[in-house]
Amino acid sequence: MSLETKGWNREQMAERVALDIPDGSYINLGIGLPELVAKFVPEGREFIYHTENGLLGMGPAPEPGKEDPELVNAGKKAVTAVPGASYFHHGDSFTMIRGGHIDVCVLGAMQISERGDLANWSTGAPDAIPAVGGAMDLVAGVKTIFVISQHTTKNGIPKLVKDCSYPLTGLKVVTRIYTDLAVIDITPEGFRLRELAPGISFAQVAEKTDAPLISY
Amino acid sequence: MAWTRQDMARRAALELQDGFYVNLGIGIPTLVANFIPDGISVTLQSENGMLGMGPFPYEEDIDPDLINAGKQTITELDSTSYFSSADSFGMIRGGHIALSILGAMQVAENGDLANWMIPGKMVKGMGGAMDLVAGVKKVVIIMDHNARDGSAKFLKECTLPLTGVRVVDMIISDVGVFTIDDDGATLVELAPEVTVEEVRERTEADFKVAL
Amino acid sequence: MKKPYPDATAALDGVLFDGMTIMAGGFGLCGIPENLITALRDSGTQGITAISNNAGVDDFGLGLLLQTRQIKKMVSSYVGENKEFERQYLAEELELEFNPQGTMAERIRAGGAGIPGFYTKTGVGTLIAEGKEHKDFNGETYILETGLIADVSLVKAWKGDKEGNLIFRKTARNFNPMMATAGKFTVAEVEELVEVGELDPDQIHTPGIFVQRIIQSKDLEKRIEQRTITERGEE
Repeated sequence: MSLETKGWNREQMAERVALDIPDGSYINLGIGLPELVAKFVPEGREFIYHTENGLLGMGPAPEPGKEDPELVNAGKKAVTAVPGASYFHHGDSFTMIRGGHIDVCVLGAMQISERGDLANWSTGAPDAIPAVGGAMDLVAGVKTIFVISQHTTKNGIPKLVKDCSYPLTGLKVVTRIYTDLAVIDITPEGFRLRELAPGISFAQVAEKTDAPLISY
Repeated sequence: MAWTRQDMARRAALELQDGFYVNLGIGIPTLVANFIPDGISVTLQSENGMLGMGPFPYEEDIDPDLINAGKQTITELDSTSYFSSADSFGMIRGGHIALSILGAMQVAENGDLANWMIPGKMVKGMGGAMDLVAGVKKVVIIMDHNARDGSAKFLKECTLPLTGVRVVDMIISDVGVFTIDDDGATLVELAPEVTVEEVRERTEADFKVAL
Repeated sequence: MKKPYPDATAALDGVLFDGMTIMAGGFGLCGIPENLITALRDSGTQGITAISNNAGVDDFGLGLLLQTRQIKKMVSSYVGENKEFERQYLAEELELEFNPQGTMAERIRAGGAGIPGFYTKTGVGTLIAEGKEHKDFNGETYILETGLIADVSLVKAWKGDKEGNLIFRKTARNFNPMMATAGKFTVAEVEELVEVGELDPDQIHTPGIFVQRIIQSKDLEKRIEQRTITERGEE
C-alpha cells in the first residue's frame, strides 16, 4: 500500500459497501453517492435493486440515446430494467419498504448520532428547502440501513456526532457507516470502528468524530 | 295481490340510474340484473374482485377462474376489469359504489340492518355485508315482509345481531316500498290490492304514509 | 437464492411447524393453492391457525385439513359451504374468528405493508366492534382493526417466473396478492412457470420480492362450486 494512499475515494467507498451485502438481497439505494454502489456486485452474488418510484429489478443507466422518459429511478435519472423486473405504483412500492421486504438500504447522511439516529433531509436552516422524499419510510421499514458519506462536511465539521442537531429522518435506524476514512458500526455502546481505510489511523478517525469512538 | 319476488326485483331495478356502479347481494337481489330498464347502463360489481359482471355462461364457456361473490360461474364483458379483494373493498369502503341491493332478516325503523347471524344457530359469517352497508352510498333491502312464521321483520328495533347501524335507505317487500331517513320510515308505495291497514298489521315499525 | 422448487412437498420443506399461522389464498374454491394445501395436509403439521376467506368444502380446499383435524382456528368471513367445519365448530373443537370480508382483505394488505392498525367504518355498532377502539373522524365513528401477518402464506397464480413474479387470472386473484405480501415466508404455485424475462414487467400483479419459493402446479382440479349456466336460446 503506497504511502500516498489516504482513505477511500467515492468509488472505493461504494465498493466497500457492496462487499457487505449478502447474495440475493433486495436493495434500495439513495440518491447521489449511494447510487454508485450499484456499480459493484461482488463475484458470485446477485443483487436486485428497488427504486421507490415503482421498479424492482433496476438495471444500469442506458446507453446514450436509449433513454426512456418513462423509465427513471427515484433520483429521476434514466435507468434500465433487468429481465425479471416488475413495475408497480407508489402504494405497492412502499408496501415493500414499510412491510420489511427490502433487505438493505444505502443512504447518504448529513449527521449520524452514536445511537444510530439519522439526519439527512433538512438542515433546518430557514433558507434551505427540505427534501424528505422516501427516506423516512426507508429507515422505518428496511431491515438494514447502511450510510455512505464523507466523514466530515466540506468545511471539516464532523458528521458523526453524539446528538444530531439537524431534524431527524429516523431514530436508532442506522446499522453501519461507510466513510472515506473508515467503516463504523452503531453498537449499544456507541460508534465502534470496524475497519480503517488505507493509510488512516484510529486517532485520525477519532479526531474527526464528534463522539467517543470505540476501538475494534 | 302482494308482489312476487320477481315483482320486487323489478321494482328495485327502478332505483338504478344510468352510469351507476351497483353491488347486488346473493339471493333475490341477484334477480334485479334481469330487470335493468332499457336505455340505462349500469355496471355490476362483484366483491370477490370484478367490475362489469356479465350473465351466466353457456355450458361450454364455464370458467372455474370466473365466479361471482355467490361462487356462481359467470361471464365477463368487454368493459370488465379484475382486481384483488383489497382493491375491491377499496371501491366499496371508499364510497365508489352507488347502490347496493341486499336481503335482510330484520330491519329497524331507524335503518339498522340484521342479516348475518341468528344466535344459537350455526353462523356462516357476514361475508362482505358489513363492508357494503358501511361503504355504499345507498342501501336498498329486498325482503319478504314477514318471516315464515308470520312474525314481523320490519321492527322498532332489531333483536338479531346487527350488520350495520342506520344503514338502510329503502325497503322493498311484498307489500310495498318504504324509505328510511333521519325522520324515520315512510311507506311510499303499496303493492296492488294491499291496504295501509294490512301493512300496519304486518309491521312492528312505526311509519308515516306518503302514497 | 433459487426460488423454483420441484413440487409442493419440496417447497414446504423446512418452513412448517406445529402451532403456526398460515394464510391460504382463494375465494370459495376459486384461486386456491391446491397442490400446496395437499402438501400441507400430508406434512401432518398440527394446530394450524388458518387465515382464509372460506374453509373450502368437505373434501376439497382447506376442508382437507379440517378432515384431518390439523386446523385449530379459522379466521374467515364466510364458512357456509362446509359440513365438517360446522360439526367441529358446534362441538367446540375448532375456534373461529369472523371478519367482514373487506376488513379481512385490508387487515392482510396492512400486515404486508407494515401497517399495524387502521380505522374503518365497517362493523361499527355490531358484534364486530365489541372491545375495539372507537374514534371519530370528520363526525363519523370508526373502529380500529389490526394488520394480519402469517408465518407462511400459500398463494396461487396463473403465470409466474423464476424470480417469483406473479400474474393472476380473472376472479382467481381475490386474496392472493395481499397474502403474498403478508407472509413472513410465501410459497406460490402457478399454472405456468416461465423463464425470467418472459413476463411483461408492466403486467406483473405481484412482484417477486414477496415470493420466496415457487412451483408449477400439477394435476389441478379447479373445482367449481356453483355451475350456473345460460341455456342456448334462453337469453
